[in-house]
Amino acid sequence: MYAQMVKTDAARVRSLDEMEPVERAFQERIDAGQKIEPKEWMPEGYRKTLIRQVSQHAHSEIVGQLPEGNWIGRAPTLERKAILLAKVQDEAGHGLYLYSAAETLGISRDEMYEQLHSGKAKYSSIFNYPTLTWADIGAIGWLVDGAAIMNQVPLQRCSYGPYARAMVRICKEESFHQRQGFDILTVLCNGTPEQKAMAQDALDRWWWPSLMMFGPSDDASVHSAQSMAWKIKQNSNDELRQKFVDQTVPQAKFLGLTVPDPELKWNEEKGGYDFGEPDWAEFFEVIAGNGPCNRERLEARRKAWHDGAWFRDGLAAHAQKRQARKAPYAVAAE
Amino acid sequence: MKTAAVASPDVAEFALRMGDTCLILGHRNAEWCGHAPALEEDIALANTALDLIGQTQLWLGLTAEAEGKGRTADDLAYLRDSSGYRNLLMVEQPNGDFGRTVMRQFLFDAWHLPMLKALAGSKDRRIAEIAEKASKEVTYHLERSSDLVVRLGDGNGESHARMQAALDFLWPYTGEMFLSDAVDEALALAGIAPAPGSLRPAWNEKVARTLADATLKAPESSYAQKGGRSGVHSEHLGLILAEMQFLQRAYPGANW
Ligand SMILES: [Fe+2]
Ligand SMILES: [Fe+2]
Ligand SMILES: [Fe+2]
Repeated sequence: MYAQMVKTDAARVRSLDEMEPVERAFQERIDAGQKIEPKEWMPEGYRKTLIRQVSQHAHSEIVGQLPEGNWIGRAPTLERKAILLAKVQDEAGHGLYLYSAAETLGISRDEMYEQLHSGKAKYSSIFNYPTLTWADIGAIGWLVDGAAIMNQVPLQRCSYGPYARAMVRICKEESFHQRQGFDILTVLCNGTPEQKAMAQDALDRWWWPSLMMFGPSDDASVHSAQSMAWKIKQNSNDELRQKFVDQTVPQAKFLGLTVPDPELKWNEEKGGYDFGEPDWAEFFEVIAGNGPCNRERLEARRKAWHDGAWFRDGLAAHAQKRQARKAPYAVAAE
Repeated sequence: MKTAAVASPDVAEFALRMGDTCLILGHRNAEWCGHAPALEEDIALANTALDLIGQTQLWLGLTAEAEGKGRTADDLAYLRDSSGYRNLLMVEQPNGDFGRTVMRQFLFDAWHLPMLKALAGSKDRRIAEIAEKASKEVTYHLERSSDLVVRLGDGNGESHARMQAALDFLWPYTGEMFLSDAVDEALALAGIAPAPGSLRPAWNEKVARTLADATLKAPESSYAQKGGRSGVHSEHLGLILAEMQFLQRAYPGANW
């Protein structure tokens, strides 16, 4: 997902009876479905885990601008250009909401950038794959935003107020993102044989990385159990992946595209699809920095930050001057 | 009452100039997507680009209608070579550093807004409507770009030097905005568009005031690079079009 394999520092999930009164009260509020707000007491582990999760999510939105931004200049019509620009702009906006939500936990945006640029913080594995054709822009909207929605809809109910509220705003826009992607592919699939082949090729390349977005099975993970107890994670990775496959396969059929999984089969008994296992070795390589575009993506972000230093410093210097000019009046008014 | 389907070559040409300038500047600004110096700038610049692409659709739509040759706005954007393009040379210049991009936006906005305000009174209702809608957006563009020019010009030593260098680089491209040819003269006479020279005082005033606040100095030279109106562009436009038109050229006649 946009936040994959978030660690919690927990060795195991403790029961209410094992907790100190203040922590117990905290956990009982979460169990009762109440929201935790920034100024309130929270366990250090909860705060740290949320910082990891929310900042990773924010970084994903920002790095996610790059693969799609790659095609704004080549968008094939004025309308597609406008729609793609609006979409990429939304993703930057999502990054902004999420950085702001993370800042309420006591970390600055600059510190989070520093963690991204140094490689300490991660972003979603999916954005380390290249956008090679226009159909990839369709596939990202359909599959990647589609997978993001699966994860983010339940996060609107997460226990941390600012994160939950950011998710509400973000989810409103994500459905537009998914629709524009599906619409791009619909047009391609009804177009020339070359266009249809372009769409199939995009599905072939993006299917498995999209399934990997949910992360490996976490049924045995203590981190997931702890995150679920804290209600900053609502569903297991496998649950979300299953939902995603069940929703997406009929859409692929509607498009007339073939999902590149020979094991894919409807299972009447479970009322869902059986499907193959993603190549987790590939996933871990991508997470470790060896995906096809890791270096380019990180380099682009570092360069933007580095090249823009003069700009930010200049604005800060101006703000200081303005403050200094105002100061005499402020003193006189007292 | 609508008097559509009457071919009007001067109106078509005028709308083409406006549309091409908006398109190429929108395209250039969009190159910053994901690469701007701050997240807020990324969002704001994408927003400006989005407005400009929207205005492009309106202007080129009007060209298509006024020329009456059965072409669409997309045909015009994606199937003309650079010699058919009528944009200002300034907007096709490479982005340079972010300071140059900001300065270009300001020098353009300071012309664009008075142009649109004049066009809002055009005797051609279609032009007046486009101008009305666009001037709301461009009012905001100018507020933002002039504010940034002031803050960066009057920032620290480096930001000041970069903004001055940007101004010096772009200055020779500003004169083209005020040049007049037979199309402009005919349109001015008919009350359809302002004479380009008539926009000069408002531009001069806004630029002088902003540069003074920014502690920047306008170059002395009044030499003007020109050629956009007649389709004689810099080398950069061809490369922009090679990128922009790639899919339409590689897959002729396909729907997207
Ligand atoms: Fe997003
Ligand atoms: Fe997202
Ligand atoms: Fe999205």
